[in-house]
Amino acid sequence: MSLEKADIEKIAHLARLGIDPGDVPVYARNLSGILDLVERMERVGTDGVPPMAHPLQMVQRLRVDEVTETNQCDKFQQIAPQVEAGLYLVPKVIE
Amino acid sequence: MHDKTITELAAGLRTKEFSSVELTRYYLDRITRYDKQLNSYVTVCADQALQQAQAADQAIAAGDAVSLTGIPLAQKDIFCTDGVKTSCGSRMLDNFIAPYDAGVVARCNGAGMVMLGKTNMDEFAMGSSNETSYYGSVHNPWDPDAVPGGSSGGSAAAVAARLAPVATGTDTGGSIRQPASLCGITGLKPTYGRVSRYGMIAFASSLDQGGVMARTAEDASLLLNIIAGFDERDSTSAEQPVPDYRTTLEESLAGLKIGLPKEYFAEGLDAGVARVIDSAVDEYRKLGAQVKEISLPNTSLAVPTYYVIAPAECSSNLSRFDGVRFGYRCDNPVDLEDLYKRSRGEGFGAEVKRRIMIGTYALSAGYYDAYYLKAQRLRHLISDDFAKAFEEVDVIMGPTSPTVAFNLGEKSSDPVSMYLSDIYTIAVNLAGLPGMSIPVGFVDQRPVGLQIIGNYFGEARLLNVAHRFQQVTDWHARTPQLKG
Repeated sequence: MSLEKADIEKIAHLARLGIDPGDVPVYARNLSGILDLVERMERVGTDGVPPMAHPLQMVQRLRVDEVTETNQCDKFQQIAPQVEAGLYLVPKVIE
Repeated sequence: MHDKTITELAAGLRTKEFSSVELTRYYLDRITRYDKQLNSYVTVCADQALQQAQAADQAIAAGDAVSLTGIPLAQKDIFCTDGVKTSCGSRMLDNFIAPYDAGVVARCNGAGMVMLGKTNMDEFAMGSSNETSYYGSVHNPWDPDAVPGGSSGGSAAAVAARLAPVATGTDTGGSIRQPASLCGITGLKPTYGRVSRYGMIAFASSLDQGGVMARTAEDASLLLNIIAGFDERDSTSAEQPVPDYRTTLEESLAGLKIGLPKEYFAEGLDAGVARVIDSAVDEYRKLGAQVKEISLPNTSLAVPTYYVIAPAECSSNLSRFDGVRFGYRCDNPVDLEDLYKRSRGEGFGAEVKRRIMIGTYALSAGYYDAYYLKAQRLRHLISDDFAKAFEEVDVIMGPTSPTVAFNLGEKSSDPVSMYLSDIYTIAVNLAGLPGMSIPVGFVDQRPVGLQIIGNYFGEARLLNVAHRFQQVTDWHARTPQLKG
């Protein structure tokens, strides 16, 4: 599987990853190499094999619907890049 | 003092041979003296450690001490530590002061242990050489030109160089066992779900597991006693009773059935490593074990399967790093998309970006069945191989890594060759089984590790098998010569 420049740009956009244009050919080469490795999976047929999502056959636990966490807004916002009046600030989204 | 195991150090504290403050100062001095050349710590917590040590000494004096009260340890910088920088080896979290303690950290603190600092690691635990860290490579204490392995390379180097008596690590595809092997120490990756993932920064959630990096199996059993167990804050934490891992260490190995997977001794295994592994297996025969060849036929599919599942989970987990609530934010974003893209583009290193992109591609429209679903089906086959093997044998043994530590820079430009260095460890994570690496010899003055794989929740058996070997050999007691 060989990825082209446009593929890398599309994937990077989907992942919201800024990639330096000069690095695109290197990513194309590296990711194509990884996909070649991954395609060895085709060597074995898996018809009828159920997918395994999780190593232990466990059922999702449920807990009682009650408040367990206290509000620590101020503590958590101390490490935020930009906050105001308890809100996280980002560039304007709607004009 | 640094040649003592934590078993011996705990005895010394209890008999007042030395205090926890003296012990902590001793290790902090060693870090100051030797870590410039190794780079095994990202953060050293001298003041906090001495406060913890004082509290431990008071607890010991008051008769309130438990098994490891006052014993110093190093935490891998993937575990959140309240009030202490938790970088995960990334520029993205270089400014991140965690607002809470991980489950593992809380248990160690609760047991009165002293945190010396946070250890270096591959960025977001993605790497097998510690070279992807934002804070630079860690050097192998046995040879500064060699990598320590990864991703828990800082913890492995710190324990090997005796800059920490014991440390924590995490293992998603071999990140405890491979650096333990390359640095000549004892590493244990428990069964998936055995140790809480709460506050352990997520890479691939169905594979990640915290564990122990120690000098000896006995030391590993002591720390595992503290960190293992159910945590309701981790939705995949196992609700299984935790035995006292120390009580079964001495059990006889007579009649132990050891399986050697023929696929682990095939092409690609270094001949010198193979000889060392063979002689370790011979030692087990002398201890009364029966050895037989087994087959894990889907072994060659483990690395390809892993490099779909782990990146897919990583692309999802790492989407939380967006420059909004914590972590790195780019300067002067023009709009929200620019904020996301540049914060992530500048905050993440190349290997993390590669894996996010592979995962994003594998999960994108039109490719999901061919990649992700296919990998999940293969994961089932790989897991079934182990289940069949454990019908015949008690433990599986083989090399941890196909070679001894490679040189810094040797594989860093070729991701695929780096990935293949984890060929013997990755399948264990896909199946969710416990695995260990113990030092069993050297090739070209670099350590060789024997991997021991157990059945689900069979940590006690693994530790017993490792401990008995360490009673009749001294590979685990060898110490690298450091330049001060």
